[in-house]
Amino acid sequence: MAAIAHPRLPVVRDAVGIGVATGAFGLSYGAVATAAGLSVVQTCALSVLMFTGASQFALVGVVGAGGTVLAGALTALLLGSRNALYGLRLAPLLRVRGARRAAAAQLVIDESTAMALTRGRPGFWATGVAVFVCWNAGTVVGALGGAALADPRALGLDAAGPAAFVALLAPRLDGRAARRLAVVAGIVALLAVPVTPTGVPVLLAAVVALAVRR
Amino acid sequence: MWTAIVVAAAGCYLMKLAGLSVPRRALDHPRVEAAAARLPIALLAALVTTSTLTSGRALVLDARAAGLAVAGLAVALRAPVLAVVAAATATTALVRLVL
Repeated sequence: MAAIAHPRLPVVRDAVGIGVATGAFGLSYGAVATAAGLSVVQTCALSVLMFTGASQFALVGVVGAGGTVLAGALTALLLGSRNALYGLRLAPLLRVRGARRAAAAQLVIDESTAMALTRGRPGFWATGVAVFVCWNAGTVVGALGGAALADPRALGLDAAGPAAFVALLAPRLDGRAARRLAVVAGIVALLAVPVTPTGVPVLLAAVVALAVRR
Repeated sequence: MWTAIVVAAAGCYLMKLAGLSVPRRALDHPRVEAAAARLPIALLAALVTTSTLTSGRALVLDARAAGLAVAGLAVALRAPVLAVVAAATATTALVRLVL
């Protein structure tokens, strides 16, 4: 390695790290989706076209749990609405127009937003592209190996999502108000799980976020 | 199923695009900005608890909780995301193997 590191190197390194992590997550998504009854092509199409993990998991989760296709799609859409708010925050940071905006839009997800807010524009693009590539590669492998990975739980892959969410959440807990909001939102969502349709608990957490004053 | 995939995917994309396309003036409102800062905190916290402590619509406490605890420890030690995820999945797999 050169003595003088390129200033963007740490950003790219972290982006690839996040990408590989989501790739492992994508592996479990691919396996879970095919287990839920989606074809390999459908499973992969979702990762390319929808490209927002929580919504994808929600869609296949609802369908796999016996919910209607309509309920699954609605849940996915409601979960995906948070990306609009991410976009709202990213717009003044990215300042993209035309075709670049159209391309950037597809990359607006949890991970790229988190990196953009701490590392700026290079963080967004590096993370967005790394996650897109790894998530889709993981999906393909997971979907094809769905039969072999019939129980991704044995590999602990169902803990990959929660761990990634914790890693993304931690840097945001920079004050008492933020920590309190996280605790309240987490508890409200959890308590709502038994009594609301799949996907709604997370949206209730969004309501909590909008309801508190500070 | 294909209809749901295409419609939901198109909807998700349009929401991403809408966020990037709203006039900047909308962000100058401090309440919008504050809400936009709080939303990911609440959503990520909700995703942490619901993806760890539930199975379907039931609340459960299983090996994932051990994985989450280790993930929290790894985050506190400022481990990179990959190490956090690897530690959590390995712990969960190990706990399942032992129990």
